[in-house]
Amino acid sequence: MKAAQLPTRPEGAAPVATSRPARRRTPVPTRFLPVIATFVLFVAMFGVGSVRYEGFASGQVVANLFIDNAFLIVLAVGMTFVILTGGIDLSVGSVVALSTMVAAAGLQAGWSAPLTILAVLAMGSGFGLLMGLVIHYFEIQPFIVTLAGLFLARGLCYVISVESIPIKDDTFRSIATGVIELPGGTVITPSVVIALVVVAVAAYVLHLTRFGRTVYAVGGSESSARLMGLATARAKVGVYVISGFCSALAGLLFSFYMLSGYSLHAVGMELDAIAAVVIGGTLLSGGVGLVVGSLLGVLVLGTIQTFISFEGTLSSWWTKIAIGTLLLIFIVMQRLFVGRKA
Amino acid sequence: MSTATPVTFAARARQSRLTWPLLALVALLLVNVVVTPSFFSLRIQDGHLYGSLIDILKNGAPTLLIALGMTLVIATRGIDLSVGAIVAISGAVTCTYIAGAPDPTSASAAIIGLSMALGLCVLLGLWNGFLVSVLGIQPIIATLVLMTAGRGIAMLVTDGQIITVTNPAYRQIGAGFLVLPISILISLAVLAAVAVVTRRTALGMLIESVGVNPEASRLAGVQARTIIWTVYVFAALCAGVAGLMISSNVSAADANNAGLWIEMDAILAVVIGGTSLAGGRYSLTGTLVGALIIQTLTTTVYTAGIAPEITLLFKAVVVIAVCLLQSPRARAALRRGKTPPPVVPDAGTPSAAPDLGVLADVPGPVAPASTSSSHSAQKAGQR
Repeated sequence: MKAAQLPTRPEGAAPVATSRPARRRTPVPTRFLPVIATFVLFVAMFGVGSVRYEGFASGQVVANLFIDNAFLIVLAVGMTFVILTGGIDLSVGSVVALSTMVAAAGLQAGWSAPLTILAVLAMGSGFGLLMGLVIHYFEIQPFIVTLAGLFLARGLCYVISVESIPIKDDTFRSIATGVIELPGGTVITPSVVIALVVVAVAAYVLHLTRFGRTVYAVGGSESSARLMGLATARAKVGVYVISGFCSALAGLLFSFYMLSGYSLHAVGMELDAIAAVVIGGTLLSGGVGLVVGSLLGVLVLGTIQTFISFEGTLSSWWTKIAIGTLLLIFIVMQRLFVGRKA
Repeated sequence: MSTATPVTFAARARQSRLTWPLLALVALLLVNVVVTPSFFSLRIQDGHLYGSLIDILKNGAPTLLIALGMTLVIATRGIDLSVGAIVAISGAVTCTYIAGAPDPTSASAAIIGLSMALGLCVLLGLWNGFLVSVLGIQPIIATLVLMTAGRGIAMLVTDGQIITVTNPAYRQIGAGFLVLPISILISLAVLAAVAVVTRRTALGMLIESVGVNPEASRLAGVQARTIIWTVYVFAALCAGVAGLMISSNVSAADANNAGLWIEMDAILAVVIGGTSLAGGRYSLTGTLVGALIIQTLTTTVYTAGIAPEITLLFKAVVVIAVCLLQSPRARAALRRGKTPPPVVPDAGTPSAAPDLGVLADVPGPVAPASTSSSHSAQKAGQR
């Protein structure tokens, strides 16, 4: 836990001083403030929606937020790990597409569903592992390595097939169409459960394991973490394996959602994931952030989409503008927040 | 010739960061000659040069132009992800204006339209620069805002439609010829101008000093804020002109697909050319070579009859290869490839072992040739 409060500015920029005046005025620890801000925003947006549109404030609308964004939640969780170490993973969208392709092609070739799922998860983790090793041992910027990963995964999709491949497997279809009824009449899908389990496991790993604390420490200051004798290499490579695994899992959830594998699935989804993580209060310089924040970030993005579909007259491009604007507001807020502490 | 000349040449070639990119470019061109023997042939028709090489230049012009702006941004330790969106906005504004002008075929409509677009691009560049230099937001995230919202803005301008125009004057920018395609002449002119302005004056050095350490350069009297602001405006302007080339080449503005992934191509071109993403050093010649490699690669895939979608795969391979060859770590590993690898203290999970492959004979974080910072790591690792 202490590690999360280590200095968060690895290079240049203003040094972080003690935050005593802020501490006295606010009863909650400052590191929860961004997440609370995101939560307040989410509730406020939902409140506005409920007032403006009939039928907005129903349990099913909330459930749909989770159903439609289950894959994005998983993706954002993986991205949170990477960003906490101060890295970035641009390849996630492409790995999602590659996972849907591998799943669809594997099932078409007659693999059993469990084998396909294992193969996809192993493929994603292996992909992440390779990128992590290159990033760590050759000291090439994560940005450029994962950019190459983006191209590589997208290219491999096309190698498998240029066309869309439908998924006809019974197991996949039953998971895709399966519903779980909650008390109160709202229904969710198995994907939602998987996504929430991922969030819970990620929170556990980040806060209650040695690996998680090392991740925060590396993000705070890699050289300090190394001098403390922490296994920085394992953390730095590990986060990319986790991100790769999460991308593959998100790809599986996406293939449940779409029931097809297609090379053009999830184009630009890495930006949504990064936006969700940033809106959730994680600093891109690393070392500060919570997985719950990323979950809330995804829900905020989902609410924007729900807004636009309820409005009816607004065109889809307003989604992009709205996400951009929110991103801006949040990074400026983060900046002012960090700036005041300094 | 004295024997000294080849030795120093070889030594210099080994030192130069341009050697590998140039070799890669030559290799790509050779592959093309093998696949299509007529690859180098040029012919003149109606006073225009035609040929595969000219195609590469023409299609590579927008990427080169954007990569030039990107080079300067990256030299200040920044990055501009929004250029692709700016390409879309610039084309959208111009085409929407021309299509709605009283006389859509007149040169004046084209000129007013493109000045409006370029003016808007300057504003967008000012915006990016404001976020980065005044608010001090990380460049990658500051420009991500415009990257996400920009395409939405472009679609707002075109109302989600593909706007087509028939304006001969406007068409010249992207599809015109003055012996060579006009687009590549514009890009080369900008390259020359940037080279003169930054390398014949102290500006280039100041840009690099900002990239090395913004705070120190500010204390040393460099106007870091103004310089950062300027490079973002320049990058946006370059992207704007590139957007004009792309939309004028097809006489249409497609807000969804114009300039899609071009920011990635531009960053690749810059990185392949040996400019460090960590800032503080840049090479304009390198960027030129990088942009040519990217475009030649694309053309090669087309001419070799491979599915064009697979270009992405080749790009990935080239990027990784060039980055590895430029990485000091990998170079050190190649040089001492025969010495037995030291045991890596904490090399990830045991399952990593089979995947290590090539990496296996790379010294880990305890490489003897590494910098002083990893010496402390070595001690920490052994403790």
